[in-house]
Amino acid sequence: MDRNLTHRNRRRGLKVLHFLALFLVMSIICIPGLWIVVNSFRPTVEIMAKPPVWNPSFSLAHYRAMFGGAGEGGVPVFSYFRNSLIVSVVSTAIAILIGMSGGYAFARYRFRGKSNYFVGLMLFRAVPGVALSLPLFIVFARLGIIDTHFGLILVYVAMNVPFTIWLTDGFFRQIPKELHEAAEIDGCTRWQAFWKVEFPVARSGVASAAIFAFLTSWNEFALASQLTRSVGSKTMPVGLLDFTAEFTINWGGMCALAVLMIVPALILTFIVQKHLIAGLTFGGVKG
Amino acid sequence: MFRRRLPEWFVLLLPAIIVMAAVVLIPLLFSLYSSFTAYRLTRPSSLWRWIGTANYERILTDAKFWAAFGRTVLFLTIVLNLELILGLGIALLVNKVTWGQRTLRTVLMFPMMFSPILVGFQFKFIFNDNIGLVNNVLQSTGISDAALPWLVDGKLAMFSIMFAEIWMSTSVFAILILAGLFAMPRDPLEAAKVDGCTSWQTFRHITLPFLMPFIFIAMTIRSLDVARAYDIVQIMTGGGPARRTELIWTLMSRTGYVDARMGLANAMGYVSILLSILFTIYFFHKLSAARAQLGTGG
Repeated sequence: MDRNLTHRNRRRGLKVLHFLALFLVMSIICIPGLWIVVNSFRPTVEIMAKPPVWNPSFSLAHYRAMFGGAGEGGVPVFSYFRNSLIVSVVSTAIAILIGMSGGYAFARYRFRGKSNYFVGLMLFRAVPGVALSLPLFIVFARLGIIDTHFGLILVYVAMNVPFTIWLTDGFFRQIPKELHEAAEIDGCTRWQAFWKVEFPVARSGVASAAIFAFLTSWNEFALASQLTRSVGSKTMPVGLLDFTAEFTINWGGMCALAVLMIVPALILTFIVQKHLIAGLTFGGVKG
Repeated sequence: MFRRRLPEWFVLLLPAIIVMAAVVLIPLLFSLYSSFTAYRLTRPSSLWRWIGTANYERILTDAKFWAAFGRTVLFLTIVLNLELILGLGIALLVNKVTWGQRTLRTVLMFPMMFSPILVGFQFKFIFNDNIGLVNNVLQSTGISDAALPWLVDGKLAMFSIMFAEIWMSTSVFAILILAGLFAMPRDPLEAAKVDGCTSWQTFRHITLPFLMPFIFIAMTIRSLDVARAYDIVQIMTGGGPARRTELIWTLMSRTGYVDARMGLANAMGYVSILLSILFTIYFFHKLSAARAQLGTGG
């Protein structure tokens, strides 16, 4: 009986430990983001207060400044938001079309050097953005497409294609071959078989690949910071730096813009999460 | 006809190949060429001045470059290993949870969706020595009297940057390893229990080998964008104080855009590209090995 008791105590102890560890991990994940959100609603005086004020008051000053035209320090947030949206949506749409056809080729056809093609594509993705930005900056300047939406869209399409191929390859592979064979026996062409049978099955997977591509473009900084210069094409990650002057930083304004950046991303994450994991693991494990 | 001679798979892959060639391959060839010239942004004609391998020789004898290179390799080693260990730990913790697992998994995905630049800003704010959350907490609770110079002191700045990087990327590992744990068959675990294995033995000889491919997928995905650390460093310290947090990527961008020495910067770029590609090839190789093992082992 004594042994039973110590055993039970040990188990209870482990349970408490497990809970504590989990709680710690989750707080470390959540607190930095929440802190940004909380501070976007606090007046600047309170953010800068020394000693710190611990119970936050509520003010919409930063949002009002951000959306009220030019905003504090003249940061044109609306233009940045629009640029980000245009560039991300268009580049995602193109990347998905190109990536889907590539992914389909990898999933359905056998050809020589298949894995080499695949790794080759991935290696292009591995080129660091900063390193790529140097020659792109020069080439784009010569072509006159620096500081335009078109240039940035082109770059983001190239950046998203390899990963889209990886994901869609995984999704198409999960669909049994018999499905499109049956459709072809019933008189569909391969093209029709794809759009009428295979695409609807893989649709949710493709959608999550699209959301992933969208987020990559939405969040990208290294290339955008060099390839965009003016209000007409700067995206939000680049615009975030507008709040920093040489020695002063508008913390509250930055927090507000950060919230504006992260809200769409979080909403999309909720939608995508299940398929994303499935796509990555299927593409990787069952290759 | 032309169409008939090309195999279908090639036609399907063609758009991808064209885009990659136009946006990545051609600029890279151009930068390879310019890394052998004395090209400066301010003097366009210098693009045609061929100086052979002088840029590379200069880099290889430059102490600053080697310091940045060594720091980058050290940074990646520490960060990747810690991310793997923490990710594995978190996945095991979450796997044991009996309710609310879905919510926890969603929370785990949050950092993945943060823009690296945003992560950098967020931790710049939190680690700020004057108004940052960390110092405020430390001082209010009386753990430390003076404000710790998180981003001003070289060592502490490096720690802060690593913290930001790990915060951002551990979830990639946690999520994928968790997916592996979900996919794991129950029978071998029960058999091990019947045979009297300790939980450590079960973990070491059954769980871990099964998780290996998932770990390598995570590593491969991670190795594709190790250079995201550039965004974080750029906004948190800009490579300072006094180059203490200079990584190869920030050094490159400063040489290229601030000093306008594109030829030299491109030569550095090539070193960093090789570094990334080696990482990626290594993990792809491991991935296919693990995959083969899984294929034969069931």
